[in-house]
Amino acid sequence: MQGRPQATSHPPKRSLPPELEVGLHVNGVERRVVLRPWTTLLDALREHLDLTGTKKGCDHGQCGACTVLIDGRRVLSCLTLAVMKDGAEITTIEGLAQNGELHPLQTAFIAHDGFQCGYCTPGQICSAAGLIAEGRAKTSDEIRELMSGNICRCGCYPNILAAIEAVMQGAET
Amino acid sequence: MIDFDYVRANDVGDALSQITRHQAAKFIAGGTNLIDLMKEDVEQPTRLIDITGLPLNEIHETQTGGLKIGALVPNSDLAYDERITKRYPLLSSAILAGASPQLRNMASTGGNLLQRTRCLYFYDTATPCNKRRPGSGCGAAEGFNRMNAILGWSESCIAVHPSDMCVALSALDAVVHVAGPKGDRAIKSTDFHRLPGDTPEIDTNLARDEIITAIELPSEEFHRHYSYLKIRDRLSYAFALVSVAAALKIEAGMMTCARVAVGGVAHKPWRAPDAEQSLEGKPPDRKAFVEAADIILHGAVGFAHNRFKIELARRAIVRALEQAAAGTPQSQSEKVIV
Repeated sequence: MQGRPQATSHPPKRSLPPELEVGLHVNGVERRVVLRPWTTLLDALREHLDLTGTKKGCDHGQCGACTVLIDGRRVLSCLTLAVMKDGAEITTIEGLAQNGELHPLQTAFIAHDGFQCGYCTPGQICSAAGLIAEGRAKTSDEIRELMSGNICRCGCYPNILAAIEAVMQGAET
Repeated sequence: MIDFDYVRANDVGDALSQITRHQAAKFIAGGTNLIDLMKEDVEQPTRLIDITGLPLNEIHETQTGGLKIGALVPNSDLAYDERITKRYPLLSSAILAGASPQLRNMASTGGNLLQRTRCLYFYDTATPCNKRRPGSGCGAAEGFNRMNAILGWSESCIAVHPSDMCVALSALDAVVHVAGPKGDRAIKSTDFHRLPGDTPEIDTNLARDEIITAIELPSEEFHRHYSYLKIRDRLSYAFALVSVAAALKIEAGMMTCARVAVGGVAHKPWRAPDAEQSLEGKPPDRKAFVEAADIILHGAVGFAHNRFKIELARRAIVRALEQAAAGTPQSQSEKVIV
């Protein structure tokens, strides 16, 4: 049943498609970037706009480290083409603090020790911001389930949960 | 990723004319699977046609008492829509069992149907795979095949379809509406995906120059007796080893209608009409459920690493039917199986 492994052949070389100009409203600031169609939103943020807070983990939609908010919804920037988000409102970890004050989730992650190496943290916090905005998680189990798209290799899940619960309870009182 | 160019389509007619003109083009909506496959060099379109601007993002009532879901409705919007949670909770539950909130926010209804197998050998371009490269062989049959098929597979392919949503759509007898150069047509969801046979490179009966416009749910809702039970290697954010969509109508202590679709076991959501018929007219008890599970799994054959799935599927089918009969559907957040 098995044949010889074969390398995938590429089609013949052709001239590169034109670069496209894309307007992104990133953290409240209008930015214009010129990029090829295959540039992901993640690479546009990190390589074109020097916003390196958003992390490249797996680059395949399996870890959640690249989570950002587009028009208020949490998505994976590694599987999003920047050209498809012309005109969209993007919020990254750099945009959560307001007027020099950390976002309540950032404060809570520090207070509850919600990270160890910190690599997944920007994605965890952006995802948690999306979770709270959605308003569907009420119980600890529901928070765990609806945060399952963000993997923490250090295993800080109990403290991440505690930080999110603290912010949700604060928001309710 | 290989180089490709990017265009937008304005409406369904424009999308169809663009896909007809450019043979190596692909439509893109959520992109959650396509972009990943392009990064792996498994998919190599030379043009992407962005269809996210098409007016296919609403849910409408149908004249026959069902719902018609636009192909671009995001998976999360569909799962949480009140018409779905109240009338078709089986569909809502199945969608929420799949992927993660971020991916469900991105993925479209139509795209969910068109996602490709996660078979390791399909993804790894250094290995043979008849689905990726017809005629190269099947790496999975004698390789690591824990996640592969036990039903309906062929000598050329033992991949499974990865969707949870499609398992519920199959159980609900949903209909896929498509548009093409020769006009519109409707395909039963049970006929939409194919068994691999000797053409595993063809996943579905959608033609290359057709586009999914909507999914229609019939009026039969199964909102009282249903369960979507998904068994996987970790509690969330993992593909199914086995999943079961069970739906029953029970009148005067007898099952009058039964539907069972099984995911994670075949190249398409697996339905067994003879098993469903065996349930009808009987009281909803364990004996009947075990008999139905035996019928569904008759002829199941596993491989070195996935033979356990036959017994796992048998137990999952019985459990999902018990949950459905009792009106205690599996929760997708509290993972205790009752």
